Amino acid sequence: MMNNIFLIETIGVQNWTYILVGVTFALYIGIAIWSRAGSTKEFYVAGGGVSPLANGMATAADWMSAASFISMAGIISFAGYDGAVYLMGWTGGYVLLALLLAPYLRKFGKFTVPDFIGDRYYSKTARLVAVFCALLVSFTYVAGQMRGVGLVFSRFLEVDINTGVIIGMIIVLFYAVLGGMKGITYTQVAQYCVLIFAFMVPAIFISIQMTGNPIPQFGFGSKLADGSGMYLLDKLDGLSTELGFNEYTEGSKSVVDVFAITLALMVGTAGLPHVIVRFFTVKRVRDARKSAGLALLLIAILYTTAPAVSVFARTNLIETVSDKSYVNVPEWFKKWEKTGLITFTDKNEDGRIQYLADTSQNELVVDNDIMVLANPEIANLPDWIVALVAAGGLAAALSTAAGLLLVISASVSHDLIKKMINPKISEQGELIAARLSAIVAVCVAGYFGINPPGFVAATVALAFGLAAASFFPAIILGIFYKKMNKEGAIAGMVVGIIAMLLYMVKYRLGWFDEVTPDKSEWWYGISPEGFGSVAMVLNFIVSISIMKFTKEPPENVQDIVENIRIPSGAGEATH
Amino acid sequence: MTKSNAKAYWKENIRYLLFLLAIWFIVSYGAGILFKDILNEIKIGGFKLGFWFAQQGSIYVFVILIFVYVRLMNKLDKKYGYDE
Repeated sequence: MMNNIFLIETIGVQNWTYILVGVTFALYIGIAIWSRAGSTKEFYVAGGGVSPLANGMATAADWMSAASFISMAGIISFAGYDGAVYLMGWTGGYVLLALLLAPYLRKFGKFTVPDFIGDRYYSKTARLVAVFCALLVSFTYVAGQMRGVGLVFSRFLEVDINTGVIIGMIIVLFYAVLGGMKGITYTQVAQYCVLIFAFMVPAIFISIQMTGNPIPQFGFGSKLADGSGMYLLDKLDGLSTELGFNEYTEGSKSVVDVFAITLALMVGTAGLPHVIVRFFTVKRVRDARKSAGLALLLIAILYTTAPAVSVFARTNLIETVSDKSYVNVPEWFKKWEKTGLITFTDKNEDGRIQYLADTSQNELVVDNDIMVLANPEIANLPDWIVALVAAGGLAAALSTAAGLLLVISASVSHDLIKKMINPKISEQGELIAARLSAIVAVCVAGYFGINPPGFVAATVALAFGLAAASFFPAIILGIFYKKMNKEGAIAGMVVGIIAMLLYMVKYRLGWFDEVTPDKSEWWYGISPEGFGSVAMVLNFIVSISIMKFTKEPPENVQDIVENIRIPSGAGEATH
Repeated sequence: MTKSNAKAYWKENIRYLLFLLAIWFIVSYGAGILFKDILNEIKIGGFKLGFWFAQQGSIYVFVILIFVYVRLMNKLDKKYGYDE
C-alpha cells in the first residue's frame, strides 16, 4: 500500500500528462474507426439518427472551445463583473437557438445553413453569400483552436508549439476525414466527458480548500474556511480596491457596452453554423428542442463553475504573490515565468512583487490563460489533476476544431460543388470531395495555427459579430416572416457584414488610421465586440425596407415556410 | 391537417415564445445589466443579487426556460395533432 502511494507520487506531472493525453487520444481514434461514415448523409448529419442526449453532449463539446475551457475563467478573474458578458452571452444564445431556430431548421431537413438560405430565398446569390459567411466565420474560429492545441502541448509536454499544432492536425484529420459528422459526434460525446471532468475536479478541490463547500457555484458566495467569518467575495472586493483595482463585483465597462456585447454574443452564438448544423442530426423536431435544452444544461455546468474558479484563482493569486519577496515565490511561479506568461520586473528594486492597478508601479503581468492552467498548481493540488487539465484543454480545442472543419468541408463539397458547380456529381464523388476539402481545411487551419495573423484575438470576436450580422436575421426572417424575399435578405446580409467588417477594421485593427482610434471615439461607447448587435439591427431594418419595395416571394416558397412551422413529418434530412 | 389548424397552432406558439423571451430578457438584460446596481443593494449569502444574476442566476433561468418550452410545445403538438 505504502509502495503504491510512493509510486503515484513519483510519476510526476510530465508523465501523468503523457498517460492521460495518450489514453484520451487513443479513445478518440478508436471511436473514429468504429463510427466511420459510409454515405454523404452519414458524413454531413451522422445519418440523422443521433439521440437527443448524445447530440446534447456533442453540441456542448462542439461549442465549448479552448476559449471556454482555458481562457474564459482567466478573463473573468481579471474583468470581475464585466466577465458576465461571456457567461450570459454564450449561454443565452441557446435560448434563442432552441426557441427560434433549431426546431424549424430541423423540420426543413437539409444538410447545411447555406442550404436553408439558398432554398428559402430561392437564389444562388443568397446561397453564395451564406457560403462565404460560413467559411469566414469557421476559418477565423478554427485557427484559434489549432493555436490552443499547440499551446497546451507546448506548456505541458514541453514540445515546440508548432509540433503541438501538427500533432493536433493529425488527430483531427484522422477522425474528421474518416468519420465525418458521425465520427465527430461520438468523439465529441467522449470529449465532453473528459473536459467536464477535467474542469470540475480542480474546481471542487479548490472550493473545499477555500470555503469548505464542495459545490463551487455555492462556494464562491460562502464564507472563507479560515475561520475569519468573512465572505470570499467581500474579501476579494477589499483586496482589489486595496491594490487600486475596481471592486471585483462592480466591473468597469459602461452599461451600454455590456448590453451590446452580451447581445452580440448571444445572437452570434445562435447564428454559428457549426452549432446550428448539430440540430440537423436528430430524428424529430421534438428531439431538436430537447437536445438544445440538454446541450445548454451540460454547458451550464461549466459556465456556472467558471466564475467561481475566477474568484478562487484571483484571490489565491493576490494572496500568494502580492507584496511577497521574489526570492521566496513558489515553484509554479518560476515555471510559468519561463513560458513568458508571468513576467515580473522589479521597478523599484525592493525585491518584492508589487501587483497594482497603476501600470507605472505595477511589476507583475499575468496572462489570462494561466488562471485555469496553473490554478491546480497554485492551489497545491496533486500532479494527476494538473495533467487532467491538459487533457481537458485538448479535448475542448479538438472537439471544436473538428466541428468547424466539418462545416467548412460541407460548405465546399455540398454547397459549392454539388449545389453550384456540378449538380450531377455522384454520391461517391461528393463523399470524396467532402473528405478532400476536410483535408485542405485542416492544412489551412494548421497553417494559421503555426503562423497566426496578429489579429487572431480580434477575429474570434469578429466571428460572433459576423454571425450575428449575417445569418441570424436572415434565418429568423426566413421562418417568422413569410413575405420576406430574396432581395431583402441578400441586401440585409451584405449590409450587415460590411458594417461589421468596417467597424472592426477601423476601431479594433486600426487599419484606416495611423493609430487605432481610442475608445472615446466608439459610437455611443459601443466596442467593436459589441457592434455585432448594431449590425444585426441594421440587417433587420435593411431587409424589411428593401422587401417592401420588391416582389413578394413565389407561392411555393411561402408554402415551404408554412410547412416548416409545423413540427410533424420532419422525415430525414435530404439533398 | 387544415390550414386553420396550422394557423391556430402557430399563433399559440408565438404567444409562448413572447412569454418565454420576455423572461429571458428580464433575467439577463434586466436583472443582470440594467438594474444590477439596484439589485446589488440586496445580498444573499456572500452574493450581491445583481452580480449573482449576471454570473449565475440568468444561466439557471435559461436552462429552465428551454425545458419549459420543450414541455409546452410537446403538449401543444399533441393538442393540434402534430405529435409523432
